[in-house]
Amino acid sequence: MPPREGTYGLLAEFRTPGDLVRAARQAHEDGWRRLDCYTPYPLEEAAEAIGFHRNKVPLVTLIGGLLGGAAMFALETWISVIAFPLNIAGRPTYSWPAFLVPAYEWTILWAGLSAGFGMLALNGLPSLYHPLFNAPNFRTGATTDKFFLCLEALDPKFDLVESKAYLEGLEPISVVEVEY
Amino acid sequence: MATSEVNIHDRVDPATGEYRVIAPGESFLSVTEKVTRIVLTPHTPLGWFGFFAVAGAGTTMLMVALTWLFLKGVGIWAISQPVAWGFAIINFVWWIGIGHAGTLISAILLLFKQGWRNSISRFAEAMTIFAVICAAMFPVIHVGRPWLGYWLLPLPLTMDVWPQFRSPLMWDTFAVSTYATISVVFWYIGMVPDLGTLRDRAQSKIAQYFYGILSVGWRGSVRHWMRYETASLLLAGLATPLVLSVHTVISFDFAVAVLPGWHTTIFPPYFVAGAIYSGFAMVLTLAIPLRKFYHLEALVTERHIDNMGKIMLVTGFIVGYGYGMEAFMAWYSADHWEAFTFWNRAFGPMGWSYWLLVTLNLFIPLTTLWVRKWRTNMIFMFAMSIIVNTGMWFERFVIIVTSLTRDYLPSSWGTYRATKWDYMTLFGSLGLFTFLFLLFVRFLPMMPMNEIRLLLPAAKVRAKTGPEVSK
Repeated sequence: MPPREGTYGLLAEFRTPGDLVRAARQAHEDGWRRLDCYTPYPLEEAAEAIGFHRNKVPLVTLIGGLLGGAAMFALETWISVIAFPLNIAGRPTYSWPAFLVPAYEWTILWAGLSAGFGMLALNGLPSLYHPLFNAPNFRTGATTDKFFLCLEALDPKFDLVESKAYLEGLEPISVVEVEY
Repeated sequence: MATSEVNIHDRVDPATGEYRVIAPGESFLSVTEKVTRIVLTPHTPLGWFGFFAVAGAGTTMLMVALTWLFLKGVGIWAISQPVAWGFAIINFVWWIGIGHAGTLISAILLLFKQGWRNSISRFAEAMTIFAVICAAMFPVIHVGRPWLGYWLLPLPLTMDVWPQFRSPLMWDTFAVSTYATISVVFWYIGMVPDLGTLRDRAQSKIAQYFYGILSVGWRGSVRHWMRYETASLLLAGLATPLVLSVHTVISFDFAVAVLPGWHTTIFPPYFVAGAIYSGFAMVLTLAIPLRKFYHLEALVTERHIDNMGKIMLVTGFIVGYGYGMEAFMAWYSADHWEAFTFWNRAFGPMGWSYWLLVTLNLFIPLTTLWVRKWRTNMIFMFAMSIIVNTGMWFERFVIIVTSLTRDYLPSSWGTYRATKWDYMTLFGSLGLFTFLFLLFVRFLPMMPMNEIRLLLPAAKVRAKTGPEVSK
């Protein structure tokens, strides 16, 4: 667990997405691993630059969908064959083609719910507080038009003075220290 | 105004070499400003209150009609034998069809990488949700005892009765409830980053708390963004087969019955195309006044209206094919009852409704939507959207009413004339839809700012800005 006091990290602001990507790629190449970029829209190049290539959302979605479909099909079969069999002109009670439609809908339902809420859970959201919101320039534009790179204090390479100098070498607009 | 001699430099963005979808000169900040000021302004425009009053009156009328319905029963409507479905099911199919365009825009056009959809997707999704709310109301109030509506669900009831899963009406329950849920999830998840923007730009404490909680603490980390993008893509991939299945299942309600005029295999594709046709008409009905009223012409450009006109043209032709195939099968099946039903539709006592729908859905739109000059004329397109929506309502009227009034047994033939309660419920549902939509426009971001930012030239990371390492 991260410590809850002291410095969270150093936050550097960049003017353009290109500057951010260049800096992030440099930092990742120099061995930084506890770092993150903050952008007002999905910037794939920045994720690539910090070495974040894959995520688990598709797996969660697949599991959710399969469980949903299987659950509905099992429920329909149980109801129609065991719990409440209807003898309509001697037709078979296990009429699986008719059961496919609700099972199909539930596959989509639970896959979709897993994708949406699984994404939030994997992101650690909801979390209404985050140390970054303490940074003076973060709340004024991280979700509008500013591009940030954050080197986190948990990285073994982190040193308040040296890392600040390192970040300034990447030509940001500003570097600020973020506290918990 | 676009003409035949379009200057290529106006339409192609020199910075990216791609076709423009939003007007030149926009920046991250200006886009954000344009969208957030509508929500965060302390001064609600007077016109909004005017529309809200009208929509509120419509909603009140709906409540009055429903109260009387619950007190007296469905006998206050014109439904009886042989037409037991009437307005309630016409409205149900019509509303849910309208919803389909929202999902088409947000899901299918996303998968096809149609960048122009970005600025209209949010309010089209909202339209979907409110249309589904209006639609879902009708089967429930149509069953006569709406307080027993939960019997549709597979719950272990006190009587140990379980639903019949071989019935398309049961499939409908699952299709529509899944559609409603997934639409809400897609809409909300898509809105989370924009709610974060509103949280950061809100001045009042109440707004900061409200949008802060709704945005679940979104902070724009690129790791979050990548999971978010994956989830959006997956939701789009899931919503695409879902939207096709929903109207297909609804068409099964008809096609599985043996009634002449209903029992046909063309129904699923023809219903889906009709749904998208009327849905795009409704998007235009909403988009054209909205862009004017809130000065969003730079974000919802003529190109958007033009593209939607083209989609209407295509789906209109599919619908026309459906009508043609119905007529063809009436002859080719050599089935006396089918042939009679078609003849009765076109030339029977309710033939006026068939020719009205052919005029409104085929003759007027499919002859005029070819002309780009008209497709980019806002007044023309607004009128067209109303025409197509009316026509599509009459399509459902024709399918339900003319088929039911005259089936196999002449002794059970009847007629249908809607009562004032039918009309009050129909127009009341329009009021409810507008009411909900106005609240959405006032309190939530009606355009996805993060997706529009992606379209700006400044959002592109040029290859030369990276370090010299090979890719």
